[in-house]
This record gives sequence, structure tokens and C-alpha cells, in this order.
Amino acid sequence: MPVSQANSRLLYQTIKACGIRIVSALPESWLVPVIGMIAADPEMKLVQMAKEEEGVGISAGAHFAGVNSAMIVPNHGFLAAINPIVSLGQLYKIPLLMFIAYRGTFGDPYPWHTPGGTVTEPLLRTLRVPYEILDAPSTLECRVRGAQTLAEASLLPVALLLKHELMMEA
Amino acid sequence: MQRKECLRAVYPQLEQCLVVTIMGAVAVELQGLGHRPNFFYLQHAMGLASSLGLGLALGLPEQKVVVLDGDGSLLMNLGTLSTMARSAPRNLVHVVFDNRSYLSAGNSPTATAAGADLEGIARASGIPRAVSARNVEEFRAAFLSALDAGQLTTLVAHVDTSGPSDWLTDLGLLENRFQFARYCRSLVQR
Repeated sequence: MPVSQANSRLLYQTIKACGIRIVSALPESWLVPVIGMIAADPEMKLVQMAKEEEGVGISAGAHFAGVNSAMIVPNHGFLAAINPIVSLGQLYKIPLLMFIAYRGTFGDPYPWHTPGGTVTEPLLRTLRVPYEILDAPSTLECRVRGAQTLAEASLLPVALLLKHELMMEA
Repeated sequence: MQRKECLRAVYPQLEQCLVVTIMGAVAVELQGLGHRPNFFYLQHAMGLASSLGLGLALGLPEQKVVVLDGDGSLLMNLGTLSTMARSAPRNLVHVVFDNRSYLSAGNSPTATAAGADLEGIARASGIPRAVSARNVEEFRAAFLSALDAGQLTTLVAHVDTSGPSDWLTDLGLLENRFQFARYCRSLVQR
């Protein structure tokens, strides 16, 4: 089952339309097309990280500089970044916008993703990180803009979970 | 060489830069020399001062950004070196005070006490300029040359394992954060 090029493009276009100019990313298979589109855009800066924690610091610096940013990671990357989400994002009130590939849920054939898929939403709730699920192109832009507005207004980390239905071809 | 002497030697130059420090001795000693609105002290999230500095340097390419890192912090996020090297902002100077100790967390030895070579790791990670300093004159010269180099530099300063007697200052974390963000944005409006 291939990754949806059309929805990856829509996601990229929405990220750009929201004024996001610095994106930190660590790829996994669902995210390769959208990260490639960002890399090819001369108006955007893509920071290719070695570990997802770095993205929280990069977004904090971008925010201080007055530049809209986001990080794009798989949900196991979100797990890896929990300490800085709390000890930088929440402690220092950083409007961190996280796009998280929601692996390990219904439709995912790879069993190694399942434990991370099962704990992603409970952890977001425990951390009090507001989140929405992106599962259809029709609601994508509205939800991304909503997440950005809440993050900027409340100075909070927020998450958007990219679901199988959105990221993969039917 | 004392870290505080190094900070004092370059303090006048820091006025023209955006400065991001780690927690602990670096934050306390820099504040002891005199806080400025262009100084941000990352009082937690060990390892991420350099990532924060990278985001700043990419967001404000006309400004010089100085990160004052430490061996314990950098060892927690060694991947930052290859990430910085991939982006290679020309306006970022990454100083690492290597005192071979987690000083503010109880003074236990770090891996540099057992021989880990941060200058070598930085160079092997692709940092275009990786240098070391062992006395204050060397440090000052290396720092000034890094500021003028227009090339990403990691400067490892080998300092004594000593620091202040207390880690708290009277500057609130959020006070510092909002003042620093306001300062950064004033540079864009100018």
C-alpha cells in the first residue's frame, strides 16, 4: 500500500499556507513524500534531525526568532521527545506544533508499531497536550489552522496525529 | 582555566550576540557578570541549548548566535553536532565548557573525564571549524576568530571543575524567556 502523494501534497501546502518556514523532521516511510516536498521548497528551511528531541529546541529557537515552525515525526519519535516537550515546551511556554505519524493503529500491518500506537493518545492526554486527528483531506486545513491558533494563543505544545486513512492510498 | 574567566574575557562581545546558555554554572556565572536582555538561560532540558541556538540562527540569519554549552549537556545530545553540521548556519558559534563533570548535578565525572574528545567528535560530525582552548588567552582569541569566521564553529574550552555555591538566581524563568523573545523580535522590526 503506497503513501498518498495527493494527501502528502495537501499536507505540505497547508503547512506552507500556515506560514510555517522552519520544519524539523525525522523521516519514516509515511513522512518521506511530505518531507521531500518541504526540502525542495526554497522558501522553507528543513532541519533534518538525528533525534526527535532536537526538534523541540529548534522550534523554541524559531519561536524566539519570530518564525513559525513545526516538527514532523513518527509517534515513536514523539515518545522520544517527551522530556523536552515537558521540560522545555511546557516549562518555557513554547507554541510547539507537532505533526505525528500515528503508526500502530487499525490498518497498520507492521506489528512493531503497535505498542507505540496504543500509548500515543493516552500519553498526550496525560501530558495535557491538546491534539486532533487528521484523517481526511476535507478537514485537514481547518484542523491544522486550529492547532496553530491554539498553540500561539496559549503558548503550548500541541499535536496533530496523521492517520493511516489520510497518509496511505486507499 | 576558570570558566568565569573565559566568560569575562568575551563578555563585551556578547553584547552584540544572541546568547543561549545551559543550566548550572554557566547560567549563574554569566548572570553574575551582568544579565542582559539578549541572554537566555535554558534552565532545564539538558542537551537542547545547541538545538535552540540552531533554530535561532536559522530564524535570524543576520544575527550572531552564541551557544554556551557544557560537556554533560552535549554528551546527552551528540546528534546535535551532525544536525548543526548539516544545516551549517554561518552565524552560529557553539562554545562547550568541558569541566569533565556533571557539576550542578552532584559533581560526578562525565565521559570526557574518561577520555571522550568533544573537539574530535565535533570535527568527525562534520562541524567545519572545531577548535579547543586551554587558557584564557587562547579562548579569547579562538572565540573572536569564530565570531568573525562566518562559519559554524565548535570551540571546546577545557575548564576547571569548579563553580558557584548556588544554582538559583533571582531571574524568573519566564521573565527571562519573554524578555529574550521580545529582544529577538525587536531586531527584526528594526
